[in-house]
Parts: sequence; structure tokens; C-alpha cells
Amino acid sequence: MYAYDELDHAVINERVDEFRDQVKRRLSGELTEDEFKMLRLQNGVYLQLHAYMLRVAIPYGTLSSKQLRRLAHVARRYDRGYGHFTTRQNIQFNWIKLAELPDALADLAEVGIHAMQTSGNNTRNVTSDQWAGVAPGEIEDPRIWSELLRQYTTLHPEFSFLPRKFKFAITASAHDRAAIKIHDIGLRLHKNAAGETGFEVLVGGGLGRTPFIAKTIKPFVHGHDLLSYVEAILRVYNQYGRRDNIYKARIKILVHELGIDKFAQEVEDEWQQMREGALTLDDAVIEDIRSRFTYPAYEKLPHMPEELRKAAHDPHFEAWRNNSVALHKVQGYAIVTLSLKPVGGPPGDATADQMDAIADLADKYSFGEIRVGHEQNLALPHVARRDLPALWKALDKIGLATPNVNLVSDIIACPGLDYCSLANARSIPIAQELTRRFANHATADLIGRLHINISGCINACGHHHVGHIGILGVEKNGAEFYQITIGGRADENAELGTLIGPAVPYAEVADVVEDIVEAYLALRVRPDELFVDTVKRLGVEPFRERVYATR
Amino acid sequence: MPLVKSGKTTNDDFVHIADEVAIPSEGAVLISAARFVSDAEALSLRAARTGVIWPNNRDLDDLVPYLDRVAVVALVFPSFRDGRAYTQARLLRERHGYRGELRATGQVLRDQFLFMLRAGFDAFEVKKPGDAEAFASTVKRYSVFYQPTGDGRLTALHRRMLLRHSESASQ
Repeated sequence: MYAYDELDHAVINERVDEFRDQVKRRLSGELTEDEFKMLRLQNGVYLQLHAYMLRVAIPYGTLSSKQLRRLAHVARRYDRGYGHFTTRQNIQFNWIKLAELPDALADLAEVGIHAMQTSGNNTRNVTSDQWAGVAPGEIEDPRIWSELLRQYTTLHPEFSFLPRKFKFAITASAHDRAAIKIHDIGLRLHKNAAGETGFEVLVGGGLGRTPFIAKTIKPFVHGHDLLSYVEAILRVYNQYGRRDNIYKARIKILVHELGIDKFAQEVEDEWQQMREGALTLDDAVIEDIRSRFTYPAYEKLPHMPEELRKAAHDPHFEAWRNNSVALHKVQGYAIVTLSLKPVGGPPGDATADQMDAIADLADKYSFGEIRVGHEQNLALPHVARRDLPALWKALDKIGLATPNVNLVSDIIACPGLDYCSLANARSIPIAQELTRRFANHATADLIGRLHINISGCINACGHHHVGHIGILGVEKNGAEFYQITIGGRADENAELGTLIGPAVPYAEVADVVEDIVEAYLALRVRPDELFVDTVKRLGVEPFRERVYATR
Repeated sequence: MPLVKSGKTTNDDFVHIADEVAIPSEGAVLISAARFVSDAEALSLRAARTGVIWPNNRDLDDLVPYLDRVAVVALVFPSFRDGRAYTQARLLRERHGYRGELRATGQVLRDQFLFMLRAGFDAFEVKKPGDAEAFASTVKRYSVFYQPTGDGRLTALHRRMLLRHSESASQ
């Protein structure tokens, strides 16, 4: 965990005071709605279909049990008893009253949580691998750098009014769990030949109306130069990014229109003029940030404790363990994913009671730490393997032991037309229906890894372009229709999915997905050829035939 | 529109001169970038003070050679959402060493004051009188800053290092 010091706390408290004043000026009419809109967005407040929505940042997906309890408190006190975890390590509360927002933010500030820049045309919450610091084979903990970037991007005096939103993601593992290639800036931590830490910098990724996979702008930027290089990119973007058309304002369009080489040259020219400046991070500064991350005092434990041997006789436990438990870098410990995708439930939601219970379990079994991943699930990052059977029982009791992590019912979905004023179609009921269709664990397990992503409109909050199966809600003559893509992926081999044919009506989406999955089961050469690999090998044609032959 | 300088509302000595109006030989004037560039040598040698209004989409290169001879550079916020002038301000102050008055014009609202100060602005044509009155208290809202800019405020990273040094020195 990163421990906020009094300086970090001061910024958060001062932001709460400022926002309280902004709300007061809006309520008194001193600020127009147009003026207030920008100010509230800069602090994570949207106006949705039914109410104001507050999006709270969980920087790089790390939460303490104390913080999670406070999120539960906000859900209970100011909302309707639940929260929604998003694809960017945020949590959203959907029913908050404007006049109560400052109090909710003040309650969160007490435990070092804020909503700064979770929306608006500025640098957003910096995201990272939810297994940071515990994943085997990781080069180093990317959260040190995430925190440096969090501080650097918070209330930046030059870049708080960019052409459009701007998102960072960082990974330090070979397997990218942070989806860095669909971010405005993606950072892959690696070491150069001299063993120094630095980053491959990718730029111009993003989904939405015009999706792009990020391109490498520089293969190695030394850690010392990370902030100056990022500033050079932001400065070029702030000056030359398009402001005439909201759909062409993201950096991906600038990179596309200039071409990556020309864009890289602009950034290089800018960087050369300021790289020796005050943004250079010397080792002492980096160490100071590193020193404020604390790690558990792990015990020396066996890989296969007696408790685990005994529990192996229970097939339900084994199904969960095989699915939701991952290898930890320390022997005797495990990373446990908590599925927020129960059969028939809205993806990513957790009730206040569940949050409190998870906080208690984190205290008991995970050194008080919880992680949030972009797949809209949670994780307990430091569970002793001997505790797995007891933890499983406790999770099962609160509905958080569904063994469907990375399986077909582990669906990523945006809130869609049930909440969102931008949506064209519903997302949540589609996800709920699909989880019912694939509720049988044996079947889901047979199908294997398969990511379904659902967005209720072209803004792509459900990342449908990079779902193995992507579902995009569109409106056709007043009715909800859905375009289906296949073959997308968000990891280190990120690709955009391919449309399989004409959009299908709401009532047929689940049938179509079932057809696609059946086609895959018939077409795969081996049980361990993943869906996305079969699509890669065969293309979309056999799937198209199967889906549209009878429609 | 009130002009705020050094934290206080003051009289504006500068008169905006439209392009089609002759420039008076005396008195401080603000003129457009296009007009300035078309006759920069002569204008920058004008006896009275001359300021230039520089649009946020115009490259600064045409202005840089004359920076020591202009009294005011007025940068423009056509909308408070358009943040290009923050970059221009920092480049003028931090890269090109401009020391004259740097004025924020256009849609200049209370909630931008501190960002503008940090970017190097020292004069503000404030849209609303209430915002101008609130200037002094608004810019004191924050006590901690994460980014180094040319305004000289110590960053949080820097303050932590100083704190560490003073702690180890006192041991």
C-alpha cells in the first residue's frame, strides 16, 4: 500500500473545499450549468438519466480495507446501498444528490480517496495491473511509477483543459492485465541492457467511435525521464490536438493524422528542449516514493499445506480454486480473484454489505489489501494458501465465489441505457441473460477463456472492440439492435474485433452468442485452442455462416 | 471587464486598438498579432508601451524575437475549455524568458486563476466582477503543488526531500 502523507492529504482536502464552494455557487445560480458542468466533470460528477453519478478513483487499483469500508459507507449513506466498479479502476455511485456530494467527498477524503479527474478533458485516473507487486515474474512494482504519475497529473496547471480526456496505463509484466494498448499513453516497464528501469512508451490507443491500438513512440525512456517525456507528449497534444470536433479530439486522431513518425519527431523536438529540467526524477525522489509503499511481512509457508490437500476432495472448492486462484510471487501465498459477475447479476456491482464483508476478509486473510481490476472484478492479493478453503467458504456465503473468472460469463459491460444518458441500448440485461445461458460451470469451463464485452453505445465504455466477442448497442428506428464483433483482445497482443454481419435485435443477442460459441466448440482443433485463437486461425467467415444461415 | 494585477483590481492603462483604427503615437496600446507581425520592427520601437494579443493557435516563433520590446502579451481563452494558452504561457515564461506582463483574456473565470498563475500569467481580464473580487482568496486555496513550473513554488516531491534532509540533519 502507498501511505499518503500530509501533503497528499492536504491536496485532497483542499479539493473537497474547492468543490464544496463550486457546488454552492451552482446552487446559488452564480455559476451557469455550462460553467459548472466542466467543474463537476473535473471532479467525477456526471449527470445521468435519473440522477448525478459520482465516479471515484482507485488509483492503480489498490485499496485498503479501511478505504473499502468507507466506500461501503458512501454507498449506504448517500446512495442506494451499492456501487459499480468500472473498467478503469474506478467505482461509481449512481444516485447521489448534488447537495450531498461535498459531504460524501469529505468522508472519502478522510481515508485518502478522491474523485479528482475521473472525468473531464484532463488526465484521468492512472491505472495499472491489479496484480502489481505480487505477480510472479514482474520486473518491478509498476505502482511506484503509477503513483509518481498520479501526483504529476493531479491538478496539472498546463494540462487540465486538454482537447479531450487522456488516460494512462502501466504494466510491468509480460502478460498485460492493464490493457495498455488501448490507452492514450501505455507504459510497459522493462530494463535496458545496462539493467536500468525504463519504459516502452506507446501512444494513441483508444476505443470509442474510431478505435486504434496504440503505437510505440519510443522503445525505451529511462525512468528518470518519464515525467519529462510524458510532458512533451501532453504539450504537443495540448497545442495541436483537434478542438473543432469532439469525435476527433483524442490524441489517437492526432497521431493518426500526423503519422506516428511525424508525431514522434514533434515530441522528440519538444522533449530535447526540456528533458534536463525540473521534471527529471533523481534516484532519491524515486526511492522516497518507493519507501512509502509497504509490503506484507510474508511468512515462510509450504506451497501445498494440509488444509489445501484436504479441501481438494470437494469438487466445488476445486472448481473455484482452479478458476479464481492464481500463483503469487511468494511461495505459500496466492492471488484470489473475487468475481463480481454472479449469474443473473449486473457485472461489476457490489453491495455495501459485500464491500464491508470483503474488507473484513481482507483484514483476516490478505493483510488488509484489496485490488480492483479492469475486468470489473476484485482481488485479494496476499492470501496464504492454507487459508484458501476458509476464504472460499466465506466468499461463497456473500455470493463472491462464482468460479467464472475469465470465462464466458465474466462479462465486461458498461451501465448502458439503464443509467447512462449517452447510451443507445441496454447493456446490463444482455449481460444478465448471457450469464444465465452459461450458468452451468462445466460448460463454461469446457469453453475456456472467453471474454465478452458489451457497450451500450459507440463510446465503448464496455470495450466491445477488444472483447473476444464484442457486443455494441445501436439504435435502429427506435429499437435496440446490437452489432457483434469477434476476435478482439486487450492484452499484449491487442487487436480490434471484426464485425460478423448485420446488427441483430435485442431478443436475439443471447442466441447469437450461443451460436458463435457452439461454432467455436465444433471448429477448435484442440480443447486448449482458445476461442480467440480459433477466430485468428479461421477468420470470421465460419462464424458468420453459422449465425446468419438461419436468420 | 475588471483587470486583476498583483492580486488586486486595477485600471487598465492599455487601450485595445482595432486593426482598422490608426495607432496613436502616445499611450499604451494592445494590438492584434497580425498587425504586430506585419510591422513588428517599427511597432516594437514605438516610444509608448505596446502590447500584443496573441491567438492560441498561432505559433510563438513570430513573437519571440520581439519579447524584450513588448510591454504586454495577452493570451486568449476563447472558451474556458480551451487550454492551449496555458502551454503558450509556460513556453513564453520558461523557455523564452519573457518577463513582461502576461495577460489572460477571454473567458477567464475564478476556477482557472490558480492554473493560470502557475503557468506564468500575472494579469487577468476577469469576466465576472464577483470572480475578480474573490481573486486573492481563490489563489490561496491550495497549499501543495505536484508539478514544477516556472512560478517557483516547491513541489511536493521537493518538499519531501527537504523534510528528509532536515530530519536526518537533526538526528
